Amino acid sequence: MTEAKKSSATGGANLREYGMLIALAAIVVFFTVILRWRDGVDFLSAQNITNVFLQNAHIIIMALGMLLVIVAGHIDLSVGSIAAFVGAVSAAMTVEMGIPVFLVIPACLIVGGIIGAAQGYWIAYWRIPSFIVTLSGMLVFRGLTMWMLQGKTIGQFPKSFQGMSTGFIPDLAGTADETLLGMQRMNVTAMAIVLIAVLLMIWQGSRKRRQDASFGIQGETHSVFMLRNAIVAAGLMFVAYKLSIFRGLPNVLIVMSVLIVLYAFFTENTTMGRRVYAIGGNLKAARLSGINADRLTFLTFVNMGVLAALAGMIVTARLNSATPKAGVGFELDVIAAVFIGGASMTGGSGKIVGVVVGAFIMGVMNNGMSLLGIGIDYQQVIKGLVLLAAVIFDVYNKSK
Amino acid sequence: MAALLEMRGIGKVFPGVRALDQVNLSVEQGEIHAICGENGAGKSTLMKVLSGVYPHGTYEGDIFYDGALLTNKSISDSEKKGIIIIHQELALVPLLSIAENLFLGNEVAQGGRINWASTFQKTRNLLQKVGLDEAPATPVEKLGVGKQQLIEIAKALAKDVRLLILDEPTAALQENDSQKLLDLMLELKAQGVTQIIISHKLNEIRRVADRVTIIRDGSTVSTLTRDEVNEDRIIRDMVGRDMAHRYPERTPDIGDVLMEVKGWNVWHQEDHSRQMIKDVNLTVRKGEIVGIAGLMGTGRTELAMSLFGRSWGRNASGEVRMHGRTVDTSTVPKAVAAGLAYVTEDRKALGLVLEEPIVTNVTLANLPGVSKNGILNKAQETKVAEGYRQAMAIRTPSVQQRVMNLSGGNQQKVVLSKWLFTEPEVLILDEPTRGIDVGAKFEIYGIMNKLAAEGRGVVMISSEMPELLGMCDRIYVMNEGRIMGELSREEASQEKIMALILKNESKVA
Repeated sequence: MTEAKKSSATGGANLREYGMLIALAAIVVFFTVILRWRDGVDFLSAQNITNVFLQNAHIIIMALGMLLVIVAGHIDLSVGSIAAFVGAVSAAMTVEMGIPVFLVIPACLIVGGIIGAAQGYWIAYWRIPSFIVTLSGMLVFRGLTMWMLQGKTIGQFPKSFQGMSTGFIPDLAGTADETLLGMQRMNVTAMAIVLIAVLLMIWQGSRKRRQDASFGIQGETHSVFMLRNAIVAAGLMFVAYKLSIFRGLPNVLIVMSVLIVLYAFFTENTTMGRRVYAIGGNLKAARLSGINADRLTFLTFVNMGVLAALAGMIVTARLNSATPKAGVGFELDVIAAVFIGGASMTGGSGKIVGVVVGAFIMGVMNNGMSLLGIGIDYQQVIKGLVLLAAVIFDVYNKSK
Repeated sequence: MAALLEMRGIGKVFPGVRALDQVNLSVEQGEIHAICGENGAGKSTLMKVLSGVYPHGTYEGDIFYDGALLTNKSISDSEKKGIIIIHQELALVPLLSIAENLFLGNEVAQGGRINWASTFQKTRNLLQKVGLDEAPATPVEKLGVGKQQLIEIAKALAKDVRLLILDEPTAALQENDSQKLLDLMLELKAQGVTQIIISHKLNEIRRVADRVTIIRDGSTVSTLTRDEVNEDRIIRDMVGRDMAHRYPERTPDIGDVLMEVKGWNVWHQEDHSRQMIKDVNLTVRKGEIVGIAGLMGTGRTELAMSLFGRSWGRNASGEVRMHGRTVDTSTVPKAVAAGLAYVTEDRKALGLVLEEPIVTNVTLANLPGVSKNGILNKAQETKVAEGYRQAMAIRTPSVQQRVMNLSGGNQQKVVLSKWLFTEPEVLILDEPTRGIDVGAKFEIYGIMNKLAAEGRGVVMISSEMPELLGMCDRIYVMNEGRIMGELSREEASQEKIMALILKNESKVA
């Protein structure tokens, strides 16, 4: 009896993760086929893959912080405005004041942290609903952005600042012969980095699998595990190959990947991460277990502010300008990614991997629909329905 | 008398779990029929089958009601036939008035327009029937649990009930409210309402039930008539074995004073002028099990929670000493560091993260114990949880099981494990056996004895006097936030405890 319950509990979670991965793969295949067939366009071209990463890095980066906020049982509506505000601050510092980039970046991250702290203070210590605090933050920082920019667009950042978003990891192996074996010029460093990452992923995965088995967690069967890793590895190597014959690995991809790994580790393997899940799962029980819920809530908002600041700089660097309208609606994309990724609305559950896949589902759809020439009107409708469908799938899964 | 209800060969299968198997139940017109069984035996599932929560066709077997085959598609179907269930968790809307609650979904209305005059008139009649003297416009949240329970019954009466099902109606009630409720049941019986009561409390069953059906592991074990009913028989049928002694043997080995509380005062959390705990002094010795008796709402939980990191109330003042030295218990982490642990009376709301597995819950109060520099050692964590699973006999194949899937008794063992992992010197257990079945109670008692034998101090708060008398070396009696007196194991009796409580009542009056 308990045996059956257990396998359904863990099996359900696995099913969901596969479901999301399969959905992502299906969406990619769909766009590839339809674009090739209708317009003769290669959806998986090196350039487009690079674009998908550049266009979505900021969403994924913010979604990492948003997951923690949502897991803790809160919400942050202000991230888009914070990103825009920090973008404006970075523009003022770099373009107008000429402060060197290596000082601007940490300064802007601190600004983000302070904004997060200002909001988190009311939420954590005054118990004011996060929805209200961050809704007002959304208005306040949008307004401050407009005030700072005086309605104008500030542009032309130095190359070093732009490099944060549009820069690429240089090929350390030097430029290979362009026509070697008839292949295109390939960035060996990019391939090597991804290959190492893939090997690490498989090594870590099998280590965790063995560990889980010793803990009595019934995971996927060996063949499913191998198959899944093979598919994911093949996908990553394919992407790496495509990137390496274009301009190599974008800097922002590296930043994003490092953050994903860090946050995945944080949520699964640290006492602090565990406690965030506990306060979202049962706040009162967590408090009575001696967990300082107020401080943790405060810190999740500080963290969210820092990540929103980073995202704001990345967007500003990509557009090479800070505009009053930057980051409008980011919060919705970010929150949607977290919920598509399987986080619970009431807090206490959700995984980094799910969030990343969720963000990519949104990002790939944005990109694919634009290439197909679908109007922004229909795009909104479709994205809304996808969000609804993902959550319905979740609820249905749980009720079974 | 003819049978009003015949359930024949009822079976119900959930994915991977068989909850009911060949259950037979026959309830006669006008009787009060009790259903007994351990938690998880299938009582609630059976009642859900009967009340239409699980519609006809999703279960095996047949239900005959009033001589006809019952084919309910929903709860409202069965309510139309007069079958009404009152769940353990009350289904009232706190902010709506008594009148609005009574006729919720069943409003006295013409064409969607509520006839308030008639609603209030009918409400008054119904309130009178259940013996409740409250204005119909009172919001339900202003009433205590006992009165709310009566409102639920009035709500059933508003729907012309013929078969009333009460799922552990007195679980959250104190003694005098329980008595009132049982009286009302007998009165309804006299008016011809057939009733089914699910209860753990054997004395209640003896008082009101005409017959008792006992369910074990999803099957009917026996149906006893009034004359056959006795506690030993019921317990034996429920757990499937004889229970020689209700409380495990123990030879107390009591040592020095471990904890002292001196002059403890606490004011109400919201109502700042109300003093809830008044000048409480108590001591706990090594290896001693100390009881705190008293009716519900007399401040026992408030006392415990205020001692444990000021988790309740405000302006707590007084002194807590451990081993004769004053300690700071002003926050939960400080109280834990001082060697205190508090096992809450409400394990689902305050004790557990239900969605999380056993292992996460066990280590929650002492994560540093399974980590280094803030990084969890999951292998060690699993080992710790596994150790408690075996030591506490938590019945589940794996510590990865989510605690929401465990029975009440096993959940309580998880909470106990969590606190034992903080290595406390004094454990305050608030209603440790509430809502758990006889077999698991015995195990919890055994664990408590073991903790005392290890030289810890155990404080047991309980509303069940026999349990206090059976377990404790010394009993403090509380009323109105005050310690009214102290009884040793030898001098303690139910009468003496009640006398101490009443001493206060007369003084106040």
